[in-house]
Order: sequence, then C-alpha cells, then structure tokens
Amino acid sequence: MSMNNQGRPTGIQNSDSAVPETVTGNRGLQIEEPLIFEQDSAGRCGVDLPEAPAVASRLGAVKPRGRIGLPGLAEPQVVRHYTRLSQKNYAIDSGLYPLGSCTMKHNPRLNEKMARLPGFADVHPLQPESTVQGALELMAELGRWLATLTGMAAVTLAPAAGAHGEMCGIMAIRSAHDAKGDTGRTKILVPESAHGTNPATAAACGYAVEAIPATEDGRVDLEALKAKLGPDVAGLMLTNPNTCGLFERDIVTIAEAVHAAGAYFYCDGANFNAIVGRVRPADLGIDVMHINLHKTFSTPHGGGGPGSGPVVFSESLAPYVPVPYVVQDKDGAFRLVEQAGDGPAFGRMKAFHGQMGMFVRALAYMMSHGADGLRQVANDAVLNANYLLARLQDVMTPSFEGPCMHECLFDDHFLKGTGVTTLDIAKALIDEGFHPMTMYFPLVVHGALLIEPTETESKASLDQFVTALRALAERAKSGDVAYFQGAPRLTPRRRLDETAAARKPVLRWSPAVEEEKVAAE
Amino acid sequence: MTIKYTKDHEWVRVEGDVGTVGVSDHAQHQLGDVVFVELPEVGRQLQQGKEAAVVESVKAASDVFAPVSGEVIEANADLENDPSLVNAGAETTGWFFKLRLSNPAELDGLMDEAAYQAFVEGQA
Repeated sequence: MSMNNQGRPTGIQNSDSAVPETVTGNRGLQIEEPLIFEQDSAGRCGVDLPEAPAVASRLGAVKPRGRIGLPGLAEPQVVRHYTRLSQKNYAIDSGLYPLGSCTMKHNPRLNEKMARLPGFADVHPLQPESTVQGALELMAELGRWLATLTGMAAVTLAPAAGAHGEMCGIMAIRSAHDAKGDTGRTKILVPESAHGTNPATAAACGYAVEAIPATEDGRVDLEALKAKLGPDVAGLMLTNPNTCGLFERDIVTIAEAVHAAGAYFYCDGANFNAIVGRVRPADLGIDVMHINLHKTFSTPHGGGGPGSGPVVFSESLAPYVPVPYVVQDKDGAFRLVEQAGDGPAFGRMKAFHGQMGMFVRALAYMMSHGADGLRQVANDAVLNANYLLARLQDVMTPSFEGPCMHECLFDDHFLKGTGVTTLDIAKALIDEGFHPMTMYFPLVVHGALLIEPTETESKASLDQFVTALRALAERAKSGDVAYFQGAPRLTPRRRLDETAAARKPVLRWSPAVEEEKVAAE
Repeated sequence: MTIKYTKDHEWVRVEGDVGTVGVSDHAQHQLGDVVFVELPEVGRQLQQGKEAAVVESVKAASDVFAPVSGEVIEANADLENDPSLVNAGAETTGWFFKLRLSNPAELDGLMDEAAYQAFVEGQA
C-alpha cells in the first residue's frame, strides 16, 4: 500500500482537566455561543412588520404544513451572535498566521478601498463594453504587470484560483501536443514534495502521474528526472521555490532537459512571493505558470475572499491562451475577445472574465508597491523566514542545511524520545495565541513543521513567536508530555476527536423538540 | 498455510489456491485510526502490484496493492461497517479480501514473516 508514515498521531491520547469548568461554559470573555437555531424563540422578530393583507390563495391544496424553521431572534441577539462567531475566527488581521505552503499576508486596506469603487464593484459582466472601459483597462494593465514580472508572452486572468490555473496550464500543454499531432504523451512528472493539487491536476487532465524523488538536500533529483523523461512525457510540474522552502538551483538545467525531451515545463507559482521582482520565470525556461493573486499579491485568502489564479504563457504556449482576454484596438478602446475562433486554443475556463474584485486588489497592491516595492516584498519574506530559521535551529531540527527561501522547514527529530509529537506542538501553540504552522507536510520529511512568516511580520512579532516556540521545544525536551497531550486548554473546544468525527460524522443539526413546538403553536 | 508480505505492507495468507489479503500490523500502526475501507468487487481480476483497495485513516488515504494476481472471491463486509477492525486485528479479523491465485509462483517473490520484520526495522 502507499503509506503516509509521517508520524501524525490520530485519536485523543489524554486530556487532563487542568482548566476549571465555568457555570456558563464561557471562558472569560470568550463566549460559548449556541447555534442560531438553538436561540430561536417563536414569534420573536428583529423588525416590526405590518400584518400581511388577507389574500385569496391561488395555490389550491398546497398549504404550509408548519413553520419552515427560520429562527426568531431580536436584532441585538443577531448582532451578538455573528460578532461572537467572528471573534472565534483566527485571521491574519488578528495575528501571525505562519501557515507555510500557503502565503498568509496582510491585505492592505487601500486594496479594499479601490475594490469598492463603484466603477469596479457595481459593474455587470454582461454590460456593453463601452460602459466598462475602465474595468477592461484595469484587466489589461494587470495582465501587463504580470507579463512584465514573469517575462512571459501571454496572460489569462480567467482561472478562479491556483488549482484552476494549474488545470488551465496543463490543458494548454495538452493542446500544444495535440496541435503537433504528438498524442503519445501520457505522463506528467511531479516531484515528491509537490503540492497535492499538482498530481490531482495532471490526473484530472487525463495524465498518469510519475513522482520524481528528492535528493538529500531537498531538491529535485536531476538524474532521476532525466531518466524518466522521454517521448511519453507531456510535461513537468514543479514549484520554485519548492515546498521545502528551497530554491531549485538546477532549474535551468531541468528546463533544458524537459525541452530536449519535447515536453513542456509547468511551474506552480504558489511560492512566487519569494522571488517576485527578483527572478523572471521566463528566464528560467518555464513555459507556463499560474500566479495566486491571493498569495503573492495580497488579495484576501484564508477565511477571506475568493482565490484568483491568472496564468502566464511563454511564446511557445501563447497560441493556447483561453478566452476571454482583453485587447486594445488602434483607436484606444478596450475590447474582450470572447470566442476562440478557429485557433488552437482550447476555449474557455470559466463563465465570464475572472475574479474582478481580486484584479482590482492585486493591481492596487502592485501599483502602491511599485517595482522596487515588490522586490522588497520578496527580500523581506525571505529575510523573515531565515530569521526564524536562525533563531530556532538550535532547539528544533531544520530538515535541510543552509538558508531557506520564504519558508523554513523543520522535522520532528528534536522531539525524538520525548513522547511529544508535531501535532502536540501545534496544539500547544494555539494556547500561546498563534495559528499553528503547516504540520506533516511536505511528506518528504518526518513530522514536518513548515513555517512561513511572510514579509508582513515585524521583528517584534517574529521575536514573540520565537519565544513561544523555543519555550515549547524546551518544555517538550524536559519531559512534560502531559502538558502537551492536554493542549489546547484555552480554546472554546479542547482537542477534537478526529476519529469519531470521521467515523460518526454529524453533518446536520436537527431540532430535538421541533415536533413539540409545532404542536404547541 | 503460508503467510507472505510485500514491501508495500500487504500480507497474503495462502490456503490451497485461495489467498486472504490484508495490511500488516505495522501498516495499521503507521496509518492510525482507520475510518474507511473500500474493497474490490467479487469477480474482479487483480494484477500483482496494482491497486486493489483503498484504506483511509484520519491522516491519509492510501491505496492497497494486490500482493498476488487473481480473481476476487470474497470481500470482508465487516470492514465496511466497522473499519476499526483494521486497527484491532490487521492480520486477523481485519482482512480485506480473498482471491483465487492465478499465478502462485508470484509468492516466491514475497517476504516471509522474518524477512518482513527485518525489512520494517531497516526502514525505521
């Protein structure tokens, strides 16, 4: 069997009761909030509605059989309910969110202000082009920035998010092979450490996936890659910097080998944050790459807004860009190309034109930073990750030698023999007020702890995080297993029973006494 | 009766021309709490080393490969109701399926219990 043996424990080992139970279930100012349906009081209403006029029913025998279950609450109850729920949500706006493998950085408020301008926010995708020239110009301008930053020939803004962008890229690769009548290519190569979406995308596009092993230093094994390249390989999907937070030093050689085999080179741009303004992917030999606007260009991400995954194409794949895209006519007017026509492109990825609100935010971010500011973004993201690596490497175990890029990867060797696991460290970190780092990923190291601070964090906030993590590492080594197995203690819920949740999932709330209520009315 | 193991942590116990297949105790330890098992249909022809079943734990979904080739003659229906049997008795009541071996010579390429133990220790 294919086994994930990264040492992640399942089930609850031990849970002490060191935290006193309160009468209300509240924990200080953290309120134990029932579901809105459980707060229902029949007849209660937030507004004073006039009595409905008596009208003759034209529905015949169709009659309401009872209440439809909408809860009755007063306005202050509703306001408190949603305010309390929002307070339970940990977000980048409330603190450090070091979720390596997914860039969680500050969303500047200027972006929000721009996205709310009525000329962008209140337009409809079916409006006549002449009435949305500003929005179309913005799309063209964003495309120009993306093409400039990546050195690429063509751009589509349509894909809805990163994985959709991957699919767009792989479909373009397939179209290019098909156009040449080269239909014998059935495989996509993907490194072991890749994001899970890469093999999923390749499989969804009908390709067989072959894994490329990593070397001791966490990079693609070039010889193993060359051995697998052949006339049956359609392309390579690679992330750079990779998921271990390391720059693929051999990337130019890799690109040459891929091209020599007649295949195309897809780059997963999830980590573009680390190299934006410093490296142009086209110069590395990349043929096609998606860009997560919601990571690199700061549009709202986790717990927030939609993704947006524009894709950039090299000269060789530019003919396969899907519709729609914006062009500017000689008279200066902007226009959407909506039909692929007889060309080789594969058509359309998505209804309408993409995530307009994200385009506005991303362009606002780019223009407010400028070229030099974007370069500084990459510099600071890498500097912050290396600062954490340097401050933690004597108490935790870095998986690979040398500096990292935008995220630093540790494994659980420092916990060996302590009885404490990576999962326990993550849970204890919640008690310290931090969102945990990515755990048990990438799979190429045992008990992974992957930390990405992003350029958002100040030295003071990084220092506070370091202090907490160092204290936890030292506490684990001192043998205080019970402390960790009981964590988290200060959260609305203690450690959850993931096994019971999977074996006996309760997916729907049902009113216990609904029938009695109906009877009483 | 012989029991043989693969390097992918499946076992097959052979009686006559019928093999009973499951995952090793070591594998269930690594998987953690098993929450779902997908078994092959009776009558399906399995090829050695190819996907035969899926086992899902809280942390991962894993393919189970056929240790030998053959036709599936029975699937362990108890596992569908109670996947925790894999944790409780990976090499006994937690068996996955039985098949009629089409090429018993394939068994020669598998490990016996002692060799498998040594293989597992070598991996740690």
